[in-house]
Amino acid sequence: MNMDCPIPENEFEKILLAHGSGGSLTGKLIQDIFIKSFNNDLLAKEHDGAVFNIDGKKLAFTTDSFVVNPIFFPGGNIGELAVYGTVNDLAMCGAKPLYLSASFIIEEGFEMETLQQIVASMKTAADKCNVQIITGDTKVVEKGKGDKIFINTSGIGIVPDEVDLSPSNVKEGDKIILSGTIADHGIAVLSARENLAFQSEIKSDTAPLNDLVEVMLKVSKNIHVLRDPTRGGLAASLNEIASKAAAGIIIHQDKIKLKNEVKAACELLGLDPLYIANEGKLICFVTPDDAEKLLIEMRKNSLAKNSEIIGEVVNEYKGKVVLKTLIGTKRILDLHTVEQLPRIC
Amino acid sequence: MKFLDEYRDAEKVKILVDQIQSLNIPPINIMEVCGSQTHTILKYNLEELLPANINLIHGPGCPVCVTPIGMIDKAISLAQKKDVIFTSYGDMLRIPGSKNSLMKVKASGADVRMIYSPLDAIRLAKENPDKKIIFFAIGFETTAPANAASILTAKKTKLTNFFVLSSQVLIPPAVQSLLDSDLIKLNALLAPGHVCTVTGTKWCGEISNHYKIPITVTGFEPVDILEGILISAKQILSNEHDTVNQYKRVVTKDGNLKAQETIYSVFEICHRNWRGLGEIKNSGLRIRNEFSHFDAEKNFEINSVTTNEDERCIAGEILQGLKKPNDCKLFSKDCTPTKPVGAPMVSSEGACAAYFNYRKVNELV
Ligand code: SF4
Repeated sequence: MNMDCPIPENEFEKILLAHGSGGSLTGKLIQDIFIKSFNNDLLAKEHDGAVFNIDGKKLAFTTDSFVVNPIFFPGGNIGELAVYGTVNDLAMCGAKPLYLSASFIIEEGFEMETLQQIVASMKTAADKCNVQIITGDTKVVEKGKGDKIFINTSGIGIVPDEVDLSPSNVKEGDKIILSGTIADHGIAVLSARENLAFQSEIKSDTAPLNDLVEVMLKVSKNIHVLRDPTRGGLAASLNEIASKAAAGIIIHQDKIKLKNEVKAACELLGLDPLYIANEGKLICFVTPDDAEKLLIEMRKNSLAKNSEIIGEVVNEYKGKVVLKTLIGTKRILDLHTVEQLPRIC
Repeated sequence: MKFLDEYRDAEKVKILVDQIQSLNIPPINIMEVCGSQTHTILKYNLEELLPANINLIHGPGCPVCVTPIGMIDKAISLAQKKDVIFTSYGDMLRIPGSKNSLMKVKASGADVRMIYSPLDAIRLAKENPDKKIIFFAIGFETTAPANAASILTAKKTKLTNFFVLSSQVLIPPAVQSLLDSDLIKLNALLAPGHVCTVTGTKWCGEISNHYKIPITVTGFEPVDILEGILISAKQILSNEHDTVNQYKRVVTKDGNLKAQETIYSVFEICHRNWRGLGEIKNSGLRIRNEFSHFDAEKNFEINSVTTNEDERCIAGEILQGLKKPNDCKLFSKDCTPTKPVGAPMVSSEGACAAYFNYRKVNELV
């Protein structure tokens, strides 16, 4: 290979962990393998779920797999997460979630009692979101061929006719609202997994966002797009919207809230909270005229009481997210290519 | 988090920037030695606030970047052995060796695990008596105490399946070698706060005296770095060359004596090859003979590997401050964090990764 021969970025013979990190490697994998092969208009939109019409009814359909380790973490467990994750994906399409499926891949030797506990919390979670789990599947794999338990959930919901959420609606001047503190989920799971003892226990923010979204859609008809910043964190979601909408985004670091203990953990490990997963937060792009009243309503909801306008869509920097730092300088907030790792130095 | 927030305070930053701007500074080169400082500079885009005459040069202070390629190849060879669980800090997994990386051999089935502290490796050794746990100990004076402590713990708990591959290096000899080389004219140094927490500031005093260069022991927040720059610039203007401790809230003159004692009870000084910099005398730490049963190099047959660097990578010049990452022809084209050609693009403390991740707005086309 010589200098004039650029190395294609996806030239990997094997899947690496980084392909699942939600960064740009994940994006490339989706583009180059899945979208290219399955190739259709609905998939190409790459929304959290697909929205389509059947017999005049606007439906949203989505699926997600949950492979979290540990399966119980401060603030939740894999079962609850599997319900809320899919409910939230539907909510981000503006849909009222109705029905879910649940598929389990269980490793031989898994404790029956633990399974029961997970399933019970899925039932409680489903009740809380007003959805029903109506179909499912179970597979058991040999010991060592899976990591305890994997859960896949798919969900279907109805989108009100007047609701149309998509990055293509984003316009210059739109305000960006974030519904609360960031990085709680990622840091809670990390500290539970790695046994990192932080002074106070950091809890995951896992929660269903469908009720909040319903209220928001009632308050404003001018919400352009919603996203729950899960894998890859706030930075990944904003980048995805900026690139799909070909819009420039500026966010203000001083407006982004972090719990003290989460901040301390990030400092200690050298991790940037902007790239860390959330499971109960959303970002919303809304016209400037509606931003304040929406913010006031959102703050009344217990899941969004720390809502804040964190930025806006601007005419410059098309397709990019720019971070105004705490000290007033600016830099590009890029999509990370690989999962962040704790620092050594 | 008041402790940190006051060092990121926009008002304080402004006052410092005004003070720096008001000095009539001739063109000067200030090297920040530590990779974490490089990251703060890029992450907060501090250069946007500084006069053009101040040229910040990024030093060799990225522990992952300077780990010799031969060591990485050794690590990879060890990781592929039967019944071995190979453990390492995260960034080491992605570093390219001659042919492979630990991450790639992991994807091919080797049992490689990322850990947060050497104590995790000790725990693994206790939990897996039928496996051999090898810990890849890299880094500067900052990681050496914990790495040494893991060997002491292994001895105390009579572990027989715990081994350490030591590639520890020391900062003062590397700084001296840069100042000796004369390839680049440095007018001041920002010494790495974390390293000095362990070592104390005496060595800085000796270097500033000998080389007649001002050294400021500096922390890692924007206010720290700007203070470090202001102190350096004032010294240069008044022709002084003292060591000043900006990071007093953490660093003392003597450093952490207990940590130093731990390091030298387990390790002894040796010559070490630095990736990109070549051999630097007395710049490494190897495991003392009395602990040789924990030394991976002495207890495993390591396949002889012929190592070769990708010639296109100019990491050596970057680590010496002779060039900046965007001077490299491969930067952000053929070399990205996904497909790194050299170590500084992989490590979270590496200069190339910092330039890649924290691009400036004016670089948008
Ligand atoms: S950009 Fe890549 S190839 Fe160039 S010096 Fe940095 S690590 Fe080496």
